[in-house]
Amino acid sequence: MSTGSGTQIEHVFREQYGRAVAVLARFLGDIDVAEEAVQEAFAIALERWPRDGEPPSPAGWIITTARNRAIDRFRREAARGDRHAEALLLHARAQDQETPVNDDRLRLIFTCCHPALSWGSQVALTLRLLGGLTTAEIAHAFLTSEATMAQRLTRAKGKIRDAGIPYRVPSDTDLPERLNAVLEVVYLIFNEGYLASSGQTLSRGELSAEAIRLGRVLVELMPDEPEARGLLGLMLLIDSRRPARTTESSALVTLAEQDRTRWDRTLISEGRALVRRCLREDRPGPYQIQAAINAVHSEAASVRDTDWTQIIMLYDQLLLYLPTPIVALNRAAAVAEVAGAEAALAAVEQLDLDDYHLFHAIRAELLPRLGRNDEAVRAHQAALDLTENRAEREFLLRSAAPR
Amino acid sequence: MKHYLLSIYQPAGELPPGDLKKIMADVRHVDEELRSAGAWVFSGGLHPPETATVLRRRDSAMTMTDGPFTEAKEHIGGLTIIAVPDLDAALAWGRKLSAATTLPVEVRPFQGVA
Repeated sequence: MSTGSGTQIEHVFREQYGRAVAVLARFLGDIDVAEEAVQEAFAIALERWPRDGEPPSPAGWIITTARNRAIDRFRREAARGDRHAEALLLHARAQDQETPVNDDRLRLIFTCCHPALSWGSQVALTLRLLGGLTTAEIAHAFLTSEATMAQRLTRAKGKIRDAGIPYRVPSDTDLPERLNAVLEVVYLIFNEGYLASSGQTLSRGELSAEAIRLGRVLVELMPDEPEARGLLGLMLLIDSRRPARTTESSALVTLAEQDRTRWDRTLISEGRALVRRCLREDRPGPYQIQAAINAVHSEAASVRDTDWTQIIMLYDQLLLYLPTPIVALNRAAAVAEVAGAEAALAAVEQLDLDDYHLFHAIRAELLPRLGRNDEAVRAHQAALDLTENRAEREFLLRSAAPR
Repeated sequence: MKHYLLSIYQPAGELPPGDLKKIMADVRHVDEELRSAGAWVFSGGLHPPETATVLRRRDSAMTMTDGPFTEAKEHIGGLTIIAVPDLDAALAWGRKLSAATTLPVEVRPFQGVA
């Protein structure tokens, strides 16, 4: 029999928090009240499970306990004439308890990633409500104070409630656009963790793990959406390079210089299986194509062995969906491997990316090959100047470049 | 049903170039659509800000000033109040109104459950 120790409860908490909040939010009609009820249920679990043992279905126990506690409280408050509690009680009684839990989590995801909320709020809500991260953890990951993050979360939940952001999966007509917003939030969380892994604090790496976990949930909940699968594949393939991406002293190692034997083969094979499935389904989209680009990198033993022609073709396809200068810059870097520095530089110089450090970094790489060393030195300096600028990091986060 | 205020923001001074007749017709069309959907509560266009008067209580006296509360680059040129189930429905109407007026539209919820 399970002893239900504190760490086990913590595990159940991480795994089940989002699910429980999602069910309770539908049932109780209020996210704040749902969170409170779920937290109360976990507090009771912390007290009881070590004594009585873990129940057979921990998640079900948490949900039932939270629901019963909330209803008890509404009854008491309604009996004292609290009209809000009365309304909540009526809402709870009207709810069909048999709705599948998966639908609840999906509803919560779409609520957290509603476009009427700011980016920062969408990310924070998703991590808090679906990921079960504490406010302190989220604040730490985004290098802000706990008070600021708490305020942001309160404000966002207040807007959901007061502005009447609906708690439901969008209609078929709105779904593609809304799904895209959800995928962007998850990818943003992933990148925040991935890009910050050099130097800064270790815990930020957990953001990538959390994003991958959310990506898995999306694929599970929306098995017919190839872009969800593409995003998961993309994140897994990028994350597979994490062990080779930094030196022991946390310095960044470029793709060309990485020790490819250190790449995580398990992540690569899972990522590639997802890409293959996307190819079979043949409903391409930007995340799937980016995953495919990373899959091509993953099968090459070195930069020289990489199928650059295939990568250029994929970038051409990606440009149809994301016609951004950053995608064009990445394409140009691939062109350098096939058609040489002169052709690549011609493509790079056309781009309006003066504020982007990689624009200068790539120029600094190409120019010496053409004997233009003075210009290369200046380009390198420009890249360095911009890299020290924190704003560039934000810029990077919005880019779709494989790294 | 929840009530939402849709405010149409208009730049100060001259109206933006555009076919005013077509805009008026488009706005009227949205209005009719709102009414037949049963979502219409109120709508109207406003005279320019210089026609406004501001009342302020100072100590025990009430003062009156000529002109708008604040001079701004944009002001509310008109407003529509709608009754719909949730923000998504309100935003869908807001989108139509913004397209018809060719101006930004702010969607803001009223307090209370109506």
